[in-house]
Amino acid sequence: AAMDLFGDLRRMNKRQLYYQVLNFAMIVSSALMIWKGLIVVTGSESPIVVVLSGSMEPAFHRGDLLFLTNFHDDPIRAGEIVVFKVEGRDIPIVHRVIKVHEKGNGNIKFLTKGDNNEVDDRGLYKEGQNWLEKKDVVGRARGFLPYVGMVTIIMNDYPKFKYALLAVMGAYVLLKRES
Amino acid sequence: LRKNVEDFTGPRERSDLGFVTFDITADILNGKIGSIFDWNVKQLFLYLSAEYSTKNNALNQVVLWDKIMLRGDNPRLSLKDMKSKYFFFDDGNGLKGNRNITLTLSWNVVPNAGILPLVTGSGHVSVPFPDTYETTKSY
Repeated sequence: AAMDLFGDLRRMNKRQLYYQVLNFAMIVSSALMIWKGLIVVTGSESPIVVVLSGSMEPAFHRGDLLFLTNFHDDPIRAGEIVVFKVEGRDIPIVHRVIKVHEKGNGNIKFLTKGDNNEVDDRGLYKEGQNWLEKKDVVGRARGFLPYVGMVTIIMNDYPKFKYALLAVMGAYVLLKRES
Repeated sequence: LRKNVEDFTGPRERSDLGFVTFDITADILNGKIGSIFDWNVKQLFLYLSAEYSTKNNALNQVVLWDKIMLRGDNPRLSLKDMKSKYFFFDDGNGLKGNRNITLTLSWNVVPNAGILPLVTGSGHVSVPFPDTYETTKSY
């Protein structure tokens, strides 16, 4: 079978190669467009996130996938599950809102806590920061799928796996024949 | 759904601290919810929240107590004389003399896969805080 593979490669002429590459580029562009479209439709900069820690167990486990929306007019209310980023840090945190204080002009400040944590998140916020604000919110969790996000965690923890996967995908795309 | 409450506030520097004890009787299985624990429900996250408004803030919500109820757990709640699990701090001094604090029981349905709805229970109780601070009691 390996000899057949090399045979295939040598037999492919330039035109076919360009065609395959264009095909591949189209797939990648479509995927990017779908992702950008999701960002627009949900209002969230990151509409799909992977749960990274066990702080919301037994509801969510590491590797679960969450679907978020971040509509501007959606108020933040106690009990909601929000994904937020602490100022200056990249990692999104998925926890529940336990306290809300909203002024008449719409100014809101709120406190979060992981279901599985003993204490609230004040220890996670920035030095001196006691509350989160709307600008810290990436989105509200609206739906979820278990386990599916494990793939990204594995790719992060084992880069060799990521390269192997990319190599296999690349080979498949370049050698695939349309009948 | 029934709740009985006894409450008082204590002075704490800049923010009022409220103390509430309550009873909760709830039958999650029957009632209008029917069989909420269907094949796609992994757990319910129940929480008791206090909602009120003050001079400082038009809307305040504080979760006083929560409980995780897994599919298979006893769906009937009969809790008496519960103390709030979390400190009921106001952002300011809005609890003293506040006549209208509404306690509501709500829950987050966590499915095995799918949408995560937040449901508010139909029964809610209005609680007034007294006009003076209580300096002798605490818990």
